[in-house]
Amino acid sequence: MKYIDEFRDGDLARKVSKAISDEVKPGIKYHLMEFCGGHTHAIFRYGLPELLPQNIDLIHGPGCPVCVLPIARLDMAMALAKQENVILCTYGDMLRVPGSGRRSLLKIKAEGSDVRMLYSPADALTIAQENPDKEIVFFAIGFETTTPPTAVVLQQAKALGIKNFSVFCNHVLTPAAMHAILATDSSDEPLKLDGFIGPAHVSTVIGYEPYAIFPKQYGTPVVIAGFEPLDVLQAILMLVRQLNEGTSIVENEFTRAVTSEGNKKANKITQEVFELRDTFEWRGLGFVPHSALQIQESYREFDAEYRFASVLTEYERALKNTPKDNKACECPSILRGAKKPHDCKLFGTSCTPDNPLGSCMVSSEGACAAYYQYGRYQQVETQEIKLEGISA
Amino acid sequence: MNRIDWKHGKVEMVHGGGGRAMVELISQLFAKEFDNEFLNQGNDGAILAATNGRLVMATDSHVISPLFFPGGDIGSLSVHGTVNDVAMNGAKPLYLSASFILEEGFPLSDLKTIVQSMAAAARDAHVPIVTGDTKVVEKGKGDGVFITTTGIGEVYAGVSVSGNSVKPGDKILVSGSMGDHGVTILSQREHLGFSSELQSDTQSLHDLVESMVNQFPQIRCLRDPTRGGLANTLNEIAKQSSVGITIEESQIPVKPQVAAACEFLGLDPLYVANEGKLIAICPAEYSTELLQLMKQHPKGAESAIVGEVTEDSHCFVQMVTKFGGRRMVDWLNGEQLPRIC
Repeated sequence: MKYIDEFRDGDLARKVSKAISDEVKPGIKYHLMEFCGGHTHAIFRYGLPELLPQNIDLIHGPGCPVCVLPIARLDMAMALAKQENVILCTYGDMLRVPGSGRRSLLKIKAEGSDVRMLYSPADALTIAQENPDKEIVFFAIGFETTTPPTAVVLQQAKALGIKNFSVFCNHVLTPAAMHAILATDSSDEPLKLDGFIGPAHVSTVIGYEPYAIFPKQYGTPVVIAGFEPLDVLQAILMLVRQLNEGTSIVENEFTRAVTSEGNKKANKITQEVFELRDTFEWRGLGFVPHSALQIQESYREFDAEYRFASVLTEYERALKNTPKDNKACECPSILRGAKKPHDCKLFGTSCTPDNPLGSCMVSSEGACAAYYQYGRYQQVETQEIKLEGISA
Repeated sequence: MNRIDWKHGKVEMVHGGGGRAMVELISQLFAKEFDNEFLNQGNDGAILAATNGRLVMATDSHVISPLFFPGGDIGSLSVHGTVNDVAMNGAKPLYLSASFILEEGFPLSDLKTIVQSMAAAARDAHVPIVTGDTKVVEKGKGDGVFITTTGIGEVYAGVSVSGNSVKPGDKILVSGSMGDHGVTILSQREHLGFSSELQSDTQSLHDLVESMVNQFPQIRCLRDPTRGGLANTLNEIAKQSSVGITIEESQIPVKPQVAAACEFLGLDPLYVANEGKLIAICPAEYSTELLQLMKQHPKGAESAIVGEVTEDSHCFVQMVTKFGGRRMVDWLNGEQLPRIC
């Protein structure tokens, strides 16, 4: 495929990989976090860890919209789907994610709720037009990338005067989560994070200006990188160079798609429809201030949280008594880079992609799921080396 | 007896009721199209001659949406699917049965097209449909038409293929490009809004298998990577034989259109279904010659050696990526669902 294969070229990969190996300083560990699940997926799918020297430690961040959605919000979506006359529409990734009691949208669909998978929120509007006697709720999730399409659909629904359509908004913001991670540095569990591989698609929308604060306030460099494997390798090389030189700035590796101010039109539409929430819960990170969006008052009739307020408040009340994430789950530490998936007792035993317990196992972009599906052999090999060492 | 109105007629409950309407449908459609000496016996079952060899029996239910797709339809698919299942046991398919579940209101013209397509596929494969059954369910309780076919075959003398007999060092071959069928079906689903010139690869493979096992009875395993694709099938074999498998991404044939569609849908072609491709595993010393033989057959022209069997108590399937790294190719986790970003 033209414009794709060029960024997956094995010969170039070996050259960049060699440059990284040549430039890393022996004895120093470089702790680099790829924020986005798209990067995590690329790293494992293309087998990047094998191309990196031992002292590059990749930390898989929380940039997977499915993984970070808290159980309570998912339970609320399921409560909406169970309302008579409601068709709940959402993205495919969301369907398998377990809420409380290991219930998922797929399971309640099997029990009779009308849950539909979409590729575009525009399809939800079409379903609303085709089913005037039903209430169509679009369960919207995602970072800045998926927010503008939701905003456009809300504007269209308003313009067309559609009365049976609403959005259950769960759009979250990347820079706020990056702040939250950096702010958790404490003497109890010091944060091992030397640099960010910055988001690809998110940055095409918001640009790279919003990241300027991280080098400035925390001294943590950011290199925006595309989702192709060569992009990731190149970004790692750029971060290694910054760290070796002692500089800390925002650099843009993904120049073919990202500008400093991003997509102005998309941002304008987003601002017209959404506003900041005071706080929002992230699975694995807890409540993070100003980290999510809600629908503005002028679009209130299309806001499922307003339209179905009685269902949701009743549900929120009940939720206060429901159990939270499994206590043995190490997702919060894994998302911060303090632990690796195989440091968790649940990993690969009671928590697997078929039966996920923690947030990092629920989507293929989550760190645990990626380790399990693509990288499990490494863990086995490490264990075997250790065992050999002991017996010798 | 009334002549069926193929143009305007619809499947009605009476077509499954055992009365005159059912007899009309059987005689004017199924018996006419499938026409063979066994079916024409007109009994509740077919009486078949015994063979001296080992018999194989395989069954497969077909539920596909859309019913008609580029390269085939549910009719041809239901013949190819079972013929291939029998053939993957190293056997020559001999007979098929066909069982239909029809939904009330389904156009008879579509049913006729499907049955004609089945008959043609069976004729091409030289495997008669010797017995069958038809039931009708109320409107809303089916999805147009479901077809279950069962096949009986005889294993070729001196051939013994099984998923539990592959050994470290064996080579893994595929008979052509992966993922054509699954991506074709996806492209036909309206709401995805993309089209392609791709065709399903649905075809019977027993003739290819016949030439392969006759010349190379040493072949240890044959499989058709249908649902779950190459990835799932290799995991099944690795588990059955308690071995590991390593494949080379650069050697796996994938059409550019399939790769492109998977790219933007967030799918992995290794997990996408095939309906006319096989996997063969054989001792390394025969692999090059087997590859040559497969390439000479029209149904195996794009065959390739894609990997080898390794010793691995964890039964991991791994892949050396084009990029130069390595990763696991795990079991398919539920249904393949597209990623968000």
